[in-house]
Amino acid sequence: MYKIAVIGDRDSIYGFAALGLDTYPVSEREEAVKTLKSLSQGTYAVIYITEALLAVLADEVAAYATVKVPAIIPIPGVSGNTGAGIMNVKKMVERAVGSDIIFNQ
Amino acid sequence: MAKTQVNPTRMELTKQKRKLVTAKRGHKLLKDKRDELMRQFLDLVRENKALREKVEAGLRRANGNFVLARAGMENEAMNVALMAPRQEVYLEMTTKNVMSVDIPVFEYSTRTTDPNDIYCYGFAATSSDLDDAVKSLADLLPEMLRLAECEKSCQLMSIEIEKTRRRVNALEHVMIPNMQANIKYIKMKLDENERSTQIRLMKVKDMMLEQAHHYKEHSAAES
Repeated sequence: MYKIAVIGDRDSIYGFAALGLDTYPVSEREEAVKTLKSLSQGTYAVIYITEALLAVLADEVAAYATVKVPAIIPIPGVSGNTGAGIMNVKKMVERAVGSDIIFNQ
Repeated sequence: MAKTQVNPTRMELTKQKRKLVTAKRGHKLLKDKRDELMRQFLDLVRENKALREKVEAGLRRANGNFVLARAGMENEAMNVALMAPRQEVYLEMTTKNVMSVDIPVFEYSTRTTDPNDIYCYGFAATSSDLDDAVKSLADLLPEMLRLAECEKSCQLMSIEIEKTRRRVNALEHVMIPNMQANIKYIKMKLDENERSTQIRLMKVKDMMLEQAHHYKEHSAAES
């Protein structure tokens, strides 16, 4: 039985607590790295991460790309949409196809 | 041109031929796998894109609602309201095998069945904006989960496609031409050997006949 975690700055994620998702507000990089590591141990199948935090933790998150659990999914935070999520999808298309054929129309 | 050194023997030739057949078969299978993976990937990635756009728009709206709710309430009251959630979400994960890629399928269940359990606070001390904000987020949850499923699948599949594509290319442009060159080299060498043996035999026969019958002396005497 897996659970869902949300990690990011507090203002962006506190609402998810009401739905029953586990929220982990972090503000510093060190803290975020540690939290992400402990969340990826197998309790959580899905970890939503704010785009702002993803920009800081890009390398750490990339290490989980090849494993099945957890799925780390970027979501826009309260500070607005940086486009990192869509960029992520774009990169996957480029990786698979060789060039971006979905987004450049 | 054979890059690797091979012994020009019949045994090696059979070995290389067998390897070539396997390589060609593997190449065909991998190519089919790549094509099918690509087809499924493209379908999935299109869905992924649509979902992401939807979720991002929904989250923007929900975040806006939360900002509104916070503006209308004391910070402490807000913290207290969301401190002890009543609802919990569990995920059941099964995997689906698509062309040897295990993609996750999520099935989610909530701890209580009552949809109103997302409001884990007393209504007296909180503004109605908070209710709206929580509701807008709750409505988005199924789509967010589908997005997670979709995006992880896309990620895993893109990695697999890349790997398969490399294998196909390596077989097509390196392994198979190399083997064909080897086979050609061995065949030529064997033919060459056979010809030289034949010539040697003919030469030896001539010499033996010459020794036995002395043709040269006869023809010299006749003239």
